Amino acid sequence: MRVLLPLTLLVALLFAASLLIGPAGLGLGESLSALFRGNGGPVVLVMQEIRLPRAILGLLSGAVLGLSGAAMQGYLRNPLAEPGLIGVSSSAALGAVLSLQTGLAATFALALPLSALAGAAVSVVLVLAMAGPRGGALALILAGIAISALTASLTSLVLNLSPNPFAAMEIVYWMMGSLADRSMTHVWLAAPFMLAGMAALMTLGRGLDALTLGEDAAQTMGINLSRLRLVLIAGTAASVGAAVAVAGAVGFVGLVVPQILRPLVGARPSRLLPASALGGAAMLLAADIATRLIAPDQDLKLGVLTAIIGAPFFLHLIWRLRRVEA
Amino acid sequence: MTLLSLANLTVRRGECPVVDDVSFTVQPGEFIGLLGPNGAGKTSLLRGALGLLPHRGTSSLSAMPPAARARAAAFLPQGRDIAWPVSVEVLVALGCQSDPDGAAVSRALARMGLDAYRSRSATALSGGEQARVLIARALAQDTPLLLADEPVAGLDPEAQIRTMQVFADLAAEGRSVVASIHDLGLAARHCSRLLLLHRGRLVADGSPQDVLTDARLAEVFGIKGFHTETPDGPVFQPTGVVR
Repeated sequence: MRVLLPLTLLVALLFAASLLIGPAGLGLGESLSALFRGNGGPVVLVMQEIRLPRAILGLLSGAVLGLSGAAMQGYLRNPLAEPGLIGVSSSAALGAVLSLQTGLAATFALALPLSALAGAAVSVVLVLAMAGPRGGALALILAGIAISALTASLTSLVLNLSPNPFAAMEIVYWMMGSLADRSMTHVWLAAPFMLAGMAALMTLGRGLDALTLGEDAAQTMGINLSRLRLVLIAGTAASVGAAVAVAGAVGFVGLVVPQILRPLVGARPSRLLPASALGGAAMLLAADIATRLIAPDQDLKLGVLTAIIGAPFFLHLIWRLRRVEA
Repeated sequence: MTLLSLANLTVRRGECPVVDDVSFTVQPGEFIGLLGPNGAGKTSLLRGALGLLPHRGTSSLSAMPPAARARAAAFLPQGRDIAWPVSVEVLVALGCQSDPDGAAVSRALARMGLDAYRSRSATALSGGEQARVLIARALAQDTPLLLADEPVAGLDPEAQIRTMQVFADLAAEGRSVVASIHDLGLAARHCSRLLLLHRGRLVADGSPQDVLTDARLAEVFGIKGFHTETPDGPVFQPTGVVR
């Protein structure tokens, strides 16, 4: 509670800020009342069709990335794990890239996110087939690395073979990750997968706690490891796949957020899950607001910003870790 | 009431059986020392009995669903890796399926002399202290049977003796402990029954005096030793290598 309450307030503040900040320069009362008004008009349109979906997707995608990062780190007992480790993000990205390349993305609004979700689903089937129903953490990591490498190379191939520079640019820009110009249709498509995936991941707390002492100890404490792994993979794939489908590849949130929050929750994996969901939402909303404030006219990409902030922060964590271990 | 029953348990690593056709039962009130040289199959026997390794033959524990097994037996694995810097109190409570007022955790901490460590970070403790915390964790699961893989390895003499006494106390209370132990002297002194494993086979099962004979020590461990009875109980001291 000591951590969750301030984080909830922070997320609420950032969500409100995300609704209020933008190039249209609307007044506070005007924007908020427009959210709940039924009739049209430009202000209502901006608030309900542009800013609200952007804020909701920032909130949900951030929560998904933070939560799945915490779950993955807990399962693998390793603070360097992140949600992309099982190949879901790169497979979803490949699905999206293929739909851009083939022109499918231009045929209807949801073609791209649906392709990304299909990519995520394929990666789950592959991971489960390769890691096996009783496979350990190592088999899962290796399967994830293999799938990530394969999908990354296929993505490069698509770029390599793209018919013209504009098509390639479109793909490259998409891969940088962004929440700009998303509609409520994106929200309706992605939210069910994100919420279902998050609900599944939130049930893993006790099992992840028990894994603090290793797989043998956890199993003899009553944890069904095969089931835990299945829920982890399915929950991560549904939620992260949907997040990538609507926001593109946004890195470092799932890696860094659990790292920051771990000491604040007493390092307990079950406590870290809700905290990381809130922390991830806060980080992504803040980063998305920053893209609008830093370069309002330049379409600064969200994934670029999280990586630019995340990577030095990660270096700082390594530096601190080295000092502790020395 | 039998707490553990193994019938013809065989565990293979590849083609080679590491546990070969082992059968025994554990009754309430026993403190059983599982002895054998390195590679004799002690760890595989414990893990196979719990159903953590694929095996042939039957074990009463391996057939149970995980939650029921966790109420029937606690397991202290050999590895003492603690992944996250959680507090001692949180760590000891990890295996408790129902301990709303924390009584089982408090009892376990008291038994292992860890009351003062409650709020310390488990990963900041010394290796021996961590080992005691992990024993307390297994005790807090409050099961009729405890399987412990080398519980006293790496402990100082006082902690070794205290731990063996805790296990003997559990047996006196009607629970049972099966612990793999390398220190034959400690095993002879504290256990009510010894199981001797050699190349995966159970070659002796009985009281310490019956199991630790000169012939078996020479054959299984390749050592000779000195036995005597003292007012504090039997003493066994290995004195040399025979091969």
